[in-house]
Amino acid sequence: MTTEKTRARHETLDLEEADLKSIYRAMLVARRVDERSWILNRQGKAAFVISCQGQEAAQIGAAYNLRPGHDYLYPYYRDSGMTLLLGQTPRGQFLSLLGKKEDPNSAGRQMPGHFSSRELNIVTSSAPVGVQYPQAAGTALAFKMRGEDGVVMACGGEASTSGGDWHEAMNFSGIHDLPVIFLVENNVYAISVPSKFQVAGSIAKRAEGYGFPGHEVDGNDVLAVYEAAKEAVERARRGDGPTLIEAKTYRMTAHSSDDDDRRYREREEIEAWRLKDPIIRFEKYLFENGLLDEDEKEAMDAEIKAFVAEASDYAENAPFADPEEALDRVYAEV
Amino acid sequence: MAEKNLLQAIHDGLAEEMRSDESVMILGEDVGRAGGVFRVTQGLQEEFGPERVLDTPLAESLIVGSAIGLSVNGMRPVAEIQFADFIPPAFDQIVNEAAKFYYRSNGAWTVPITIRAPYGVVPGGALYHSQSIEAWFCNTPGLKVVAPTFPADAKAMLKSAIRDPNPVLFLEHKRTYRLIKEDVPEDGHEVPLNKARVHREGGDITVVSYGLMLYTALEVAGKLSEELGIETEVVEPRTLYPMDRETILNSVKKTGKLLVISEANITGSVSGEIAAIVSQEAFEWLDAPVIRLGAPDVPAAAFAKPMMDFFVPSAEKIEAAMLELARY
Repeated sequence: MTTEKTRARHETLDLEEADLKSIYRAMLVARRVDERSWILNRQGKAAFVISCQGQEAAQIGAAYNLRPGHDYLYPYYRDSGMTLLLGQTPRGQFLSLLGKKEDPNSAGRQMPGHFSSRELNIVTSSAPVGVQYPQAAGTALAFKMRGEDGVVMACGGEASTSGGDWHEAMNFSGIHDLPVIFLVENNVYAISVPSKFQVAGSIAKRAEGYGFPGHEVDGNDVLAVYEAAKEAVERARRGDGPTLIEAKTYRMTAHSSDDDDRRYREREEIEAWRLKDPIIRFEKYLFENGLLDEDEKEAMDAEIKAFVAEASDYAENAPFADPEEALDRVYAEV
Repeated sequence: MAEKNLLQAIHDGLAEEMRSDESVMILGEDVGRAGGVFRVTQGLQEEFGPERVLDTPLAESLIVGSAIGLSVNGMRPVAEIQFADFIPPAFDQIVNEAAKFYYRSNGAWTVPITIRAPYGVVPGGALYHSQSIEAWFCNTPGLKVVAPTFPADAKAMLKSAIRDPNPVLFLEHKRTYRLIKEDVPEDGHEVPLNKARVHREGGDITVVSYGLMLYTALEVAGKLSEELGIETEVVEPRTLYPMDRETILNSVKKTGKLLVISEANITGSVSGEIAAIVSQEAFEWLDAPVIRLGAPDVPAAAFAKPMMDFFVPSAEKIEAAMLELARY
C-alpha cells in the first residue's frame, strides 16, 4: 500500500532506478568522505574540518538537476556533497583537506571547503558569508544576455540571508528574471546562534516580495528537494526567472573541528535529528520500494569505504607545494 | 586627431572597446538613459542597448559582485561607482573577492573587470563627494589601481584596463574631467598599466603627483624654472598599485630630492609608500628629507569653500615645499 504510493513518487519525477542509486551513492560518498576527514583531524593530520553531515539530501537532491561544466554552481563551504556529485573527487577533497599541492580547489592556499573547478563551473568560493549571491546573479545575467539556457545555483546557509548581499542579489534577479536558483540550506545553526535569532519570519516567503516563487521543502527528503530544484531549474532554463528554495535541514556536527557545540546545544536535540538522517531515510525508501537490499547496500558501502581510504592515503602521501609557490599567481599575465 | 577633455576621452575609450568587443558592457547607477551623473556614458545606451549599458539598483556590492559573476561567464564588464566615496559597500567584493579569485584558485579563475570611480575634491562636494580613496585599495595584491590624469593617457589606460585579465580600479579625478583638452589619438595609442610618466625633466627636484595636484605641480614647476632657474622633474605614477618604482627611483637618484603631492589624507597614504620606497632604495642619493604634501588628517573636505580650499594643498604650499627642497 505504502509501496504503491511512494513508488509513484519517484516515478512522477521521472527518476529511473539508476538515478535513485546514483543519488543514494552520492549521498553515501559524501558522508564517508566527511567521516574520514574527521578521523584525519583527530589523528592530528588535518588542521581543519568543515562538515556536510546531515545536509546530503539537500545538496544531492538539488545538484542532481545541474549539467556539470555547463551550468554554474556557487557552493558554500558545506557543499562537498554537491561538488563531489558534479565531478570533484574524494582524492581531490582529501588533498584539499591536507593542503597539498595537488589540491584541485586552490593548490593548498585555501582552507578545506572552499571549492573551485574551472572545468566544472564551480566558482571559487571564500569565507565571508553571502558574497557569492551577487556574483551568481551576474553569471546568470551573462547567460540571459547571450540567450543561452545555462542556469546558476547559488547556495548558502540560513545566516547567509541576513546580510545585504543576499537581498541585493534577490532584488536584482527578480528585476531581470535571471536564471538563478537560490538554495538556502537552513541547518538551524550559524556556529552557535540558532535560526530563531537569525531569521525573522520565513526565508522562503521573502521571495514573494522580490516577485518570484519561494519554496520551503523538507531538506532531509532527497526526493522533495530534487522535485523543488527540478521545477526551479526548468523554470530558469525556460527564461521564466529565479526561484528560492529553503531546504530545512540540520547540521549534525559541530560548526567545524574548532568548535565545541556542547556549549550551545543539547545532545537530545541532535539525537532527535539523527533519527531523521537523510541517508537513513532514503535508504528506507529504497528498501521499501525494492530498489535496494541489505546485501547490495553493504557491498556499495564497502566499495565506497575502500576507495575513500585509498583517496585519503594518496593525499597523505602527496607532497606540499614549495613554500615559494606562495608568491605565484597573484596576477594573471596580461 | 581630435582635442578632447578627460571625460570625452573616457567616453570614447568605452565606446571603442564596446564596438570592437561584444563582451564589453557597462553597469552602474544612472549610466543608461541619463548617461551617468558626469555624462561619461552619454549616448552609449542608445548605441548599445539597455543590457550592455545597464542601470543597476542602488547597491554597490551588487554592482561589483555581479560584475565579477559576469566576468567569470564570458563578459568584460566595466562597473561604475558613481562617486568613489560610495565604494565601501563594495569593498568586500573588490578586496576579498575580485582581487583574490586568481590567487585562491591557483590561477583557475580570472576576473577581468574594470571598476570606474570618480574621486577627489570638487566645489560643493563635501564629505561624501570628494574623497581620495586610493590608499584603501593600494594594499591589495591581485588588484590594480590606476589613476591617469591626462585625457590621452586615460583613454589608452582604460582600454588596457578593460583588456587586462585582472580586476582594475580606475580612478578619475572629477575636477579634471573638463579642465583641459589635448590631442587624443583615435586608436592604436597604448599605455600599459605598469609605467609611470615623466612630464618634464629636471635635475634639481623630483615631484611625484597625480590627479588635480599634478596640474598644480606642473604650474609651479614651470614658474620656478622661469623665475629662479630651478628645474623640477615631474613624475606621474599613473598606476598607483602595483607601482612603477624604477621611474621614480631613477628620477630621485638624479635629483636627490623628492616631494610627493596628493589630495589624500597624509597618514597611511600612497605618498607615504612612495616616500618609504625612496628612503629605502635611494637613501644614499638623497640630499634632503622626503616631503609629503596632502590633506590634513581630517575625515574629508568640508562643504564651505574656504574650508574646502584649505583642505587641498595650494600652489603656495607646493611652491614653499619645492623651495625648501631646493635650498638643500
